[in-house]
Amino acid sequence: MKKNWISYPYVVWMIIFTLVPLVLVIYYSVVSVTDNGIALTLQHFKKVFEPIYIIVFLRSIKLALISTAVCLVLGYPMAMILADRGLSKRNILIVLFVIPMWMNFLARTYAWMTLLEKNGPIETMLSNLGLPPLGILYTEKAVILGMVYNFLPFMVLPIYSVLSKTEKHIVEAAEDLGATPYIKFKRIIFPLSLPGVISGITMVFMPAVTTFVISELLGGSQYTLIGNLIERQFLGTMDWGFGSALSIVLMLLILLSMGVMSRYEKENEGGGLW
Amino acid sequence: MVTTFLKRIYTFIIFFFLYAPILVLIVFSFNNSKSRARWDGFTFKWYIELFNDQYIMASLYNTLMIALISSLAATFIGTAAAIGIHNMKGLSKKLVMNVTYLPVLNPDIVTGIALMMLFVFANMHRGFFTLLMAHITFSLPFVIMSVLPKMKQLNNQLYDAALDLGASPVYAYRRVVLPQIMPGVVTGFLLAFTLSIDDFVISFFTTGAGVSNLAITIYSMARRGIKPEINALLTIMFVSILLLLIIINNRMSKDSEREDKVK
Amino acid sequence: MADEIIRLVNVTKEYDGNKALKSINLYIRRNEFLTLLGPSGCGKTTTLRIVGGFETCTEGDVIFEGRRINDVPPFKRKLNTVFQKYALFPHMNVYENIAFGLKIKKMDKKDIEKKVEEMLELVNLPKYQKRSVDSLSGGQQQRVAIARALVNEPQVLLLDEPLGALDLKLRKDMQTELKNIQKRLGITFVYVTHDQEEALTMSDTIVVMKSGTIQQIGTPTDVYNEPRNAFVADFIGESNIIEGKMLEDCLVEFAGRRFECVDKGFASNEAVDVVIRPEDVKIVPAQEGMLSGEVLSVVFKGVHYEMLILSGGIKWMVHSTVMEPEKSKVGFNIFPADIHIMKKVNGI
Repeated sequence: MKKNWISYPYVVWMIIFTLVPLVLVIYYSVVSVTDNGIALTLQHFKKVFEPIYIIVFLRSIKLALISTAVCLVLGYPMAMILADRGLSKRNILIVLFVIPMWMNFLARTYAWMTLLEKNGPIETMLSNLGLPPLGILYTEKAVILGMVYNFLPFMVLPIYSVLSKTEKHIVEAAEDLGATPYIKFKRIIFPLSLPGVISGITMVFMPAVTTFVISELLGGSQYTLIGNLIERQFLGTMDWGFGSALSIVLMLLILLSMGVMSRYEKENEGGGLW
Repeated sequence: MVTTFLKRIYTFIIFFFLYAPILVLIVFSFNNSKSRARWDGFTFKWYIELFNDQYIMASLYNTLMIALISSLAATFIGTAAAIGIHNMKGLSKKLVMNVTYLPVLNPDIVTGIALMMLFVFANMHRGFFTLLMAHITFSLPFVIMSVLPKMKQLNNQLYDAALDLGASPVYAYRRVVLPQIMPGVVTGFLLAFTLSIDDFVISFFTTGAGVSNLAITIYSMARRGIKPEINALLTIMFVSILLLLIIINNRMSKDSEREDKVK
Repeated sequence: MADEIIRLVNVTKEYDGNKALKSINLYIRRNEFLTLLGPSGCGKTTTLRIVGGFETCTEGDVIFEGRRINDVPPFKRKLNTVFQKYALFPHMNVYENIAFGLKIKKMDKKDIEKKVEEMLELVNLPKYQKRSVDSLSGGQQQRVAIARALVNEPQVLLLDEPLGALDLKLRKDMQTELKNIQKRLGITFVYVTHDQEEALTMSDTIVVMKSGTIQQIGTPTDVYNEPRNAFVADFIGESNIIEGKMLEDCLVEFAGRRFECVDKGFASNEAVDVVIRPEDVKIVPAQEGMLSGEVLSVVFKGVHYEMLILSGGIKWMVHSTVMEPEKSKVGFNIFPADIHIMKKVNGI
């Protein structure tokens, strides 16, 4: 069967719309356009490593790591509850869990602005109860909240899918051998769910570190992240060279973290994103 | 039992967290006041004004048209590609697969700016057409990743058997191979459609003045305050999704009941 | 030859530089049941796929009824295949599966229904038209696969280990049934198997293959009684293969003794393989045998006992209906007609 030709339209498409654009990004990141013409340069990359931009990178990574950790802590118990076979109406619960993802995420993020506002429902409720105001809108906390809110399902679903496939007999065998609930979790359930945990971490960290919408809306553009920085180079100051260099560093950062994760995953014999 | 009780409480809290913003949207779609902070009596007027709002209607139309056309195109090109890739061997297969994974691994924002640079570089007028190209591009890998596993599961002998019984290669693909990989093709289409409807970042960079989809419209409104008509539209969408899922769920449970009876 | 239907001439097949078939020459007669027999990787399935048109040979010619068909695609060949795991179309029911080929030929719907019904009668599955393929047992799926191929009235039916997935009892039944179908329809069957017993019971002609070459072609009786080399002897039934030396015509030396035999035409003092079937070793009291030894083990095999006898450093496998206890001393004789002398072949 030599039917390779039917994939040629796709191959051509991918060359034009994936490879060529990437080549353009690389090209603009290493040239500078001056009055004397086009010259090779490393100035854009040098700029990326200036302290003010390093701070932006570190802030992005910090916020992404915090939200990933919060997602893991909140999401793991949720995944365990969803994976519980004894649960009645489990399928409905899972569908209900996924539905919010089908609503436009900008609208949901915007709704959080409403919720957190000075005169919004939450603050009103708190003041009625005589409690001090939260006042987190347009702070880092609100950005983290937005990330956790948007990306929590990406953590829960992979863990859920691994947990629900875990053989019941394995857990029963552990019980039979006298494992207490704590040991059962630590030695059996958690290690077996690691592939899910790892793809969950990757799937939360990736969009969190690259977002520019959440920080723009909930951070009130005070908290510049890498995403915001890149966006401004292309839709604001039009510094394509610097924007391209930033994009390449971001891509390398992502590839590096995925490489680390996938290496860890292979050691644990798991399926997942790769 | 205490643990069951704790589980219920925890589930309730998480679900409340997930649904609170949606609840806010729904409640404010019935709010008489334009302000998002004050409740000023119940009204249906935003639902009527929604259909008179040219701008929102245009972006809804763009969103749906782009989703439909791009997911159909991606399904066709992607399914053909998956069949071809499945038959490839060695280096060329590895190469194509790596290029396929690129847009999936790349951050959306990088895909967005890269495509924007391409369109600017090629001197293309940015608008509906470039949006369509961009959506096909990011949907394609997902179609391929849904179809390819089905090709792998497919018993190669089925194709041989069809030829053996006198079918031409085209007939064999249409009548034997395609029905076998159909679940993957449908999944790929649905995935592409949902991704396209939901996309903001890549659309944001690849569209031009005057052409926007719902996500871009909402984003541009968000800073100043979203129009209540949008709340109304999102409420309609939410209810439609809910109804659709209830219908699907009912049909599936009926099917399984029928199967139980047969057995 | 007048009744020849398929001929393979110097057929060679290479995969990435590895030769799966090395210059095969073979002809298949009309209406015969021909079996390609050999261990896995011997090239038997490749040969079948070349005949079926699913692979093209790297060198050589495939001749069908006197015409070269190397480049004829499978859907234009007048033969049909029963695949290893049946390859029934899972999204079609039994009727649609069997009717598949007829619909392509644009046959009248009434005729199709009639032919499908006849075929289902033939394979003993009457009234199964509406059943879904998944609901059938392995044996039933096998029958549908046979019906689906035969309904197209091929002149040659190719069968690729069709009974491999069935359990022993079912396999025996299907062997008889297949043989009956072949006789009744009077068409050529080309059958691939690694099961020597299956080959012996069903075939008119057996082609024994090993690493891409044909070792022997012959009737089951020929191949069993007169194996051409030690590989064939070993593969078809169990054998004692002992190194020996041909002293002169009809006189051979092995196991430290001279034996009369019936083979001629070897060089004097030529090193040879001596093949003796376990059932051809006749046990006698210890002092009366040509050779003697000690019984190492006894296993009951249903009809006979299988014994290992150690004699002069050689372990002999012996089948006998009389049991000798372990560790007892026995003698045994071998008659000239039961001694098969083989030229040495390398790599066994």
